[in-house]
Amino acid sequence: MRITHRAFSPSKAIASLTNRIAHNVGIQTSQTSRLYSTHPPNARLNVPVDYSTTPLLAHRVQSALDNPELPPEVRNGTTQQMNLFQSINDALSLALAADDNVLLFGEDVAFGGVFRCSMGLAEKYGADRVFNTPLTEQGIVGFAIGAAAEGAKAVAEIQFADYVYPAFDQLVNEAAKFRYKDGGNGRHVGGLTVRMPCGGVGHGALYHSQSPESLFTHIPGLRVIMPRSPIQAKGLLLSAIASNDPCVFMEPKALYRAAVEQVPTGSYTLPLSKAEVLKEGSDLTIISYGHPLYTCYSAIEKAEKDFGINIELIDLRTVYPWDKECVLQSVRKTGRCLVVHESMVNAGIGAEVAASIQEDKDTFLRLEAPVMRVAGWSTHMPLMFERFNIPDIARVYDTIKRAVEY
Amino acid sequence: MKTSLPCSRQAHRNALSVFLPRSTIKNTQRWSSSLSQKAGAAGICFPGALDSKFTSALKFEHPSTHPAIRTYRCTSPDGDIIDPSVIPPPDSLALKLYENMLAVSIMDVIMFEAQRQGRLSFYMTSQGEEGTCVGSASALEKEDVIFLQYRESGVFMERGFTLEDFMSQLVANKNDPGRGRNMPVHYGSKALNIHTISSPLATQIPQAAGAAYALKMQRRQNPETPPRVVACYFGEGAASEGDFHAALNIAATRSCPVIFICRNNGYAISTPTLEQYRGDGIASRGIGYGIDTIRVDGNDIWAVREVTKKARELALTDGGRPVLIEAMSYRISHHSTSDDSFAYRARVEVEDWKRRDNPITRLRKYLEKKGAWDDEKEAKARSRIRGEVLKAFSEAEKEKKPSLRTMFEDVYEELTPELRAQMNELKEVLHKYPQEYDITEFEGGRESLNK
Repeated sequence: MRITHRAFSPSKAIASLTNRIAHNVGIQTSQTSRLYSTHPPNARLNVPVDYSTTPLLAHRVQSALDNPELPPEVRNGTTQQMNLFQSINDALSLALAADDNVLLFGEDVAFGGVFRCSMGLAEKYGADRVFNTPLTEQGIVGFAIGAAAEGAKAVAEIQFADYVYPAFDQLVNEAAKFRYKDGGNGRHVGGLTVRMPCGGVGHGALYHSQSPESLFTHIPGLRVIMPRSPIQAKGLLLSAIASNDPCVFMEPKALYRAAVEQVPTGSYTLPLSKAEVLKEGSDLTIISYGHPLYTCYSAIEKAEKDFGINIELIDLRTVYPWDKECVLQSVRKTGRCLVVHESMVNAGIGAEVAASIQEDKDTFLRLEAPVMRVAGWSTHMPLMFERFNIPDIARVYDTIKRAVEY
Repeated sequence: MKTSLPCSRQAHRNALSVFLPRSTIKNTQRWSSSLSQKAGAAGICFPGALDSKFTSALKFEHPSTHPAIRTYRCTSPDGDIIDPSVIPPPDSLALKLYENMLAVSIMDVIMFEAQRQGRLSFYMTSQGEEGTCVGSASALEKEDVIFLQYRESGVFMERGFTLEDFMSQLVANKNDPGRGRNMPVHYGSKALNIHTISSPLATQIPQAAGAAYALKMQRRQNPETPPRVVACYFGEGAASEGDFHAALNIAATRSCPVIFICRNNGYAISTPTLEQYRGDGIASRGIGYGIDTIRVDGNDIWAVREVTKKARELALTDGGRPVLIEAMSYRISHHSTSDDSFAYRARVEVEDWKRRDNPITRLRKYLEKKGAWDDEKEAKARSRIRGEVLKAFSEAEKEKKPSLRTMFEDVYEELTPELRAQMNELKEVLHKYPQEYDITEFEGGRESLNK
């Protein structure tokens, strides 16, 4: 999408993020502060997330290498500080180096991608393995399915999740059903991974902010993944590429530059369809994935202090097929649960999680409050009102309060 | 200073090489800065169009100012070879092709009737298009990968799909590799390198381009691999889908060794081509995408075969490039068993096509003139094929259906915990309400749902 290329020129993105980071560390920028990167002067809850101190990111080498999910050789290896786009670039590079069958393509991928995720890869791995396609989402995904059907590991990029809809037919009717329709012939398009930046970024409005994950979770045959951090992005993307099922890999674009941590330099995968308990607690469970996890963490810090409670935070990581057992176990323990996501509340991931909780008779009996959802309103993402639409710390905090007081 | 062609492709390439980095980027990036409009140039030099000369005559290009693309034929309707450069295959092969066309047409009639009797849920015949399918398939190599729409039984027949294979799929028994999941005529065969058919129209076209790119890369990695192409079939109606546009464009820009074969049979269900497009058929579009294109008489099997052979050579030239073939024919059959085509076209029109020009009768005339075929052989072949079809059909009907378990398998590589739980749930329902479900025809019964 040419227009988006302009709207999201890296320099502009950097400017807005510099502004935000400067704010986080208390530096007054000389520029006129922008509405989308400020918070009210007296705010106690809705203050920007400080990505440089959040425990959700591994700021130290040791905390990165301590991850028990990493293989021993990676845990004994080195790390490098990376942001999310750099870790994705690292994963793509490792995948391209490990297997000649890996192909990387999409709109504007060859020069490095509009978000820099494929920087340097065309030069390193050749123009026939990393290349631009014409501007056609249905063509990109159809092409990728065909390549995967003949043994390629096709990593296709859709420039923004907002533009995946022209490829919806190919994903729903073809990619998802390929193995099923081929049956005993045994052919499949497991080599397919479709990457797409998603989520709000402060000023993306209607067509640069969407999180259409729940549209994909209604399709049997696809794996839908959303990482929250550079370490995760690398491990989960390498898993998606290695997976023998077609994967939709959604990258929260707000984290491309904001989320920085020590990332193991070795090649490693993280398990798909397995949730991660980020913080243990006994009084309430919060379930989320991707960018809002940081919001949740900030809200938890305040709520635990204010209400004297202990909250468990779960990152779904793969939103379908999802780790139901992990969630049910947690809720059986805490008896209270809320689900947080950016996309519209109606028929979102929260609806599925809530329904599954009440459907499980052991968990249902343990519920001490209704399962609550904090999500985008049932509207589109409006430019000037984004911060009133995306779940923020105050809304999560308030919902925790209501769940506890129920 | 030469000003006539300041922007020739060669000049452009030369200019480009100056700007290319040492790295491996070749021909994928065009540095527009390497192009500039020279004073006094005879043509434009914008990056978007090379070699376009200026004109001071304001004139819109209209299709009517260009003659329609010609239709290649090499056999007359009387079965005589009219292109002297064409040497038809030996009679043994010609007879095999003829019998394959005949077999498809006989199977079509029987299965159409079987659907009318309620023995099949659905069927689609390919009457009138046997020549396009059998002829083109005979010019491909066995290793070539094929993507189909649905009206190409002749391709399966020519590649060696047996009557048992056809019937197993049609009745969805346990021998159907599709495991009873797909509607009838949605065949597929890994052994024959034909991808399983899906109902959504045109989705296979960009897939074919991607598959062709994968084959090209495999050969680049391992030059020992035999050169392979992808052939992709679709109707003229499907060519109106966005996927057709996406596919031809991407195949051209990525130089994919793929042969697009359009069966232009005049109708998409009830919609005549007049309501499908206003250009010169599908072939005229290929040129717009920068693709080698040809139109061929689909009722002339030797022409189709010849054209496909040449297309295959072209597709493998210069490391790969796409080719478009538009095969003209007439859909003699109804669209499907769910369609009565006399609701939108005259019976006499259909009868005319059936008698006047038909791929089977044209090859029959050719064979008769060579003394390789006669009425007696025809009668014998027809009765033999009919017997074989009926036998394969009744045997396929006697087979059990695939196990209920296969309903849950192959959604993912492995059964997910959710699917296991749902399989168990279904098993319990079948156990609690045995009188509500007849599962005797499914292999393994309820027990197949065990974990």
